[in-house]
Amino acid sequence: MTAVRNRLGSHFNLVAAIAGLAIAAIIPMFLDPLSSITDNAITAGAYVVMALGLNIVVGFAGLLDLGYVAFFAFGAYTTAWFASLQFAPANHSKGIHILAGEFASKLPGLHFNFLIILVLAIVITGIAGMLIGLPTLRLRGDYIAIVTLAFGEIIYRFAVNGDAIHLAKGYPLTGGRQAIAPLDSIDLPGLPAFDDASNLRPFFWFVLVLVALVLFVNFRLRESRLGRAWIAMREDEVAAASMGIPLVKTKLLAYATGAAFGGISGAFLASYQSAVNADQFQFGVSIFILAMIIMGGLGSIWGVVFGAVVLSFINTYFIPNVLNSIPSHLGLDFDLTQVSFGIFGFLILIVMVLRPQGLFPERRRKIELTEGIGADEGLAEERP
Amino acid sequence: MSGVPAAPDRPAGRPAIVILREAASKYGLIAVLAALPLYLAILDLTNDGDLSKLGNNIVAGLSNGAIYALIALGYTLVYGIIELINFAHGEVFMIGSFVAFGLWGTLGLGLATGPLVLVFGLLATLLITMVVCGVMNVMIEQVAYKPLRSAPKLAPLITAVGMSFILQNVGILWLGASPASVADLIHAQQDVVTVVGVTVHRADVLAIVVTIPLVLALTTFISRSRLGKAMRATAQDPDAARLMGINVNTTISLTFLLGGALAGAAGLINLLYQTSVWYFQGFEAGLIAFTAAVMGGIGNLKGAVLGGLIIGCIQQISDYRIGADWTPAVVFAYLILIMVFRPQGLIGEVTREAG
Repeated sequence: MTAVRNRLGSHFNLVAAIAGLAIAAIIPMFLDPLSSITDNAITAGAYVVMALGLNIVVGFAGLLDLGYVAFFAFGAYTTAWFASLQFAPANHSKGIHILAGEFASKLPGLHFNFLIILVLAIVITGIAGMLIGLPTLRLRGDYIAIVTLAFGEIIYRFAVNGDAIHLAKGYPLTGGRQAIAPLDSIDLPGLPAFDDASNLRPFFWFVLVLVALVLFVNFRLRESRLGRAWIAMREDEVAAASMGIPLVKTKLLAYATGAAFGGISGAFLASYQSAVNADQFQFGVSIFILAMIIMGGLGSIWGVVFGAVVLSFINTYFIPNVLNSIPSHLGLDFDLTQVSFGIFGFLILIVMVLRPQGLFPERRRKIELTEGIGADEGLAEERP
Repeated sequence: MSGVPAAPDRPAGRPAIVILREAASKYGLIAVLAALPLYLAILDLTNDGDLSKLGNNIVAGLSNGAIYALIALGYTLVYGIIELINFAHGEVFMIGSFVAFGLWGTLGLGLATGPLVLVFGLLATLLITMVVCGVMNVMIEQVAYKPLRSAPKLAPLITAVGMSFILQNVGILWLGASPASVADLIHAQQDVVTVVGVTVHRADVLAIVVTIPLVLALTTFISRSRLGKAMRATAQDPDAARLMGINVNTTISLTFLLGGALAGAAGLINLLYQTSVWYFQGFEAGLIAFTAAVMGGIGNLKGAVLGGLIIGCIQQISDYRIGADWTPAVVFAYLILIMVFRPQGLIGEVTREAG
């Protein structure tokens, strides 16, 4: 692996990404159009996008965000607001349609094309990310974690009780625990409408495109001035500030970028599942995503992709289908799906204690985590 | 840290904005805390002509707050000594309730039990629960935090979150995913006394009667005993404490033992008070108690108790006036406000974290 990496040099990531995505794109052709593996892979793709977003905040910038589910929620509700019957009275019950699909354009409510929704989701979650980031600017370390957690819980409460909040008469904020459904399926210009009842492949390819985009942005960002500023800030905030890095701007950009990825993923998942209900946005989801990036290796892009795919498949496939019969074989009477979050908690604990740098660590991060205080000296020697 | 260092006191000719800002940071939190009850008091006076509704909320809030105070003490003790938010602490409290519930079954305590047996049974339950939870908290520390003591500070926080999820799922396996109701052993909602329209229930008396001696014992232990002195020394400077011959590891374990024991006691009181157990109770109560600890000034024992009582009142008022569905949001909003604008809390000192 290392030899290959050295030969390819700076092109390694590009080659690996193209190869990986190309192989992934072919796989569903060999499967049934409605295969549950494709279904799980689509979810996994969405989680990869989400985990790469959280990785920017936690892995690159070193700001522990325990309320990341909030951005998932904002993204999902963007789809729920702009591609459903939620705001049925709009425009005298005729609805507002912008490049909507053939079927959707006859319905009342807001119906925007999914690409517009993606852009809206990026803008909305980006702003939300900054607003949530603002109060944490003066804080450090564990206080940031708790404040973001508190924001996540407040957003969740608004989602749960949102059916009682009316923006205007007939415009409830959310559906509360009742799902907002159905949502418009993805309908891209020039392509037939995506239909999850007949063929899942387009969804899979769409999510692959999203993953490719997000991967590209991630790699470019990491090598950019901004990315290096994030890493410098993570390693030593005071030193970074004294080197002229504007902490406020750098932190807010980290929150906004990370949040935008969460929003993209949330908007896509909502559209794919065609339903959004408040209970999708519990604290556990934040921890699930955090477990992905910790398992893969904080700050390591490939590690995070691996962690997201593996944990997502464990959640959607292995726990319900493969491992679920284990308790009954042992004579115990419970569903393993009930304790899936316990399993993820256990994974976090084990990885953090035994291998804090994750399975595929980023070189710089590994030095930091394994050498503790001495990290700075180690780094100085490693630099060319 | 990035803020401007405080300007030296210049008694004469200070600009009004500085005086205003100092007053805001000094009394702002108190003003924010007092705003809600004051508003409701005026509302009550104009509508009902008396304050009995608010009074009832406050009595229930204080007794509820006593439970939060016990949990908050655990957060504050641990934070004071190793600067770690023991995220799994709420779950220790939850397990405390579960253990106590299990012990009632073992000891045969039920609605038919006579008063004398009941008192002794509950005392035994209290002791055993405290020991179990204390030992469990020490074990959590050994497994999840001790190996990471030299790692960056976020690492043990992450394992703490993992631990919290593990314990929650232990709770699910133990008693299922929905709240279970338990026998109302002490007839918690029976009135004891009613003064000017404000009713004190048995549960309120119980919470206060158990909490006060425990808090007094804890403060006495920490301020008087040799081990307490070691704890204070370790909190101040672990390296210097080690040089003075204090076994820092034992001291940290002792801190976790005390915190866990208090959480266990809170678990039993909560069981008698709410007459229900649920795996999720620890998560909610834990975050509320953490808010209490921050409100009082994390690391400060008196602050934790004060914060617990205040947050208990806020929670009750919010439950009855705004709606129980919104209570977590209200409490978290307070948490954010305090952390951002007065991270040192009501009576805490400025810590490094607070910048």
